[in-house]
Amino acid sequence: MIAHQTLTPNGVADNFDLSRQAISKHIKILTECGIITITQQGRERYCFIQPQKMDEVADWLADFRKIWESRFDKLDNLLIKMQSKTDNDKSK
Amino acid sequence: MKNQTKIIAEKGIQELFITREFNAPRELVFRAFNESELLLQWLGGCDMTMKIDHFDSRTGGSYRFIHCTATGQEFSFNGVIHDVTAPERIIRTFEFEGLPERGHVSLETATFEALPDNRTKLTIQSVFKSVSDRDGMVAAGVEHGVTDSHQRLDELFERLLK
Repeated sequence: MIAHQTLTPNGVADNFDLSRQAISKHIKILTECGIITITQQGRERYCFIQPQKMDEVADWLADFRKIWESRFDKLDNLLIKMQSKTDNDKSK
Repeated sequence: MKNQTKIIAEKGIQELFITREFNAPRELVFRAFNESELLLQWLGGCDMTMKIDHFDSRTGGSYRFIHCTATGQEFSFNGVIHDVTAPERIIRTFEFEGLPERGHVSLETATFEALPDNRTKLTIQSVFKSVSDRDGMVAAGVEHGVTDSHQRLDELFERLLK
């Protein structure tokens, strides 16, 4: 989300169905990892994403890959079912 | 050996590739991408159920899919279908409706390549508006991925405790 625009921590919280407390915890962790930085501008604090840091996070694509792996595993099973159905239809 | 899922996202380029081979002829793999009742059986994530608002899968058609998490959160996606050439290619746009502003659309090209022994190679290329759009999309996926693996862990613990 903050990849698209810079937001204040409250601005981030407004977009999630989570308490401000939970959001501030997430932001704290991301800040500690260096994935986002907080900058004070006047009275407001803003979150900035550090995309180059994301690349450094060990295999940042790993979890994304897992989602697709689980989808494709299901697709494998579906294809086996479809194939045995096609074979049955042929032998009829 | 199990077919490997490869994700390629080069640093600084607003593009993402997903490749995977299947032990099935491409006519079947193509159908699994193009028919609602088949798509529903695999496209939802681990802990998510999928609903199809509409899916008019033809050149000039459009689609809208909704993923629902176990906790009732909904994530909707929509796009228009630029080209459906059976059984080799689907080109369509993709937009996640949950972003604070509209217009962050990506272009997806799925290519189905026939391999020897009735196997198929799938390549999905996604071209985003910007590198941060791409990275944001991956990060959003990761949030769900984490929930997925947590749930799997829970299931494992449940089995161990029985």
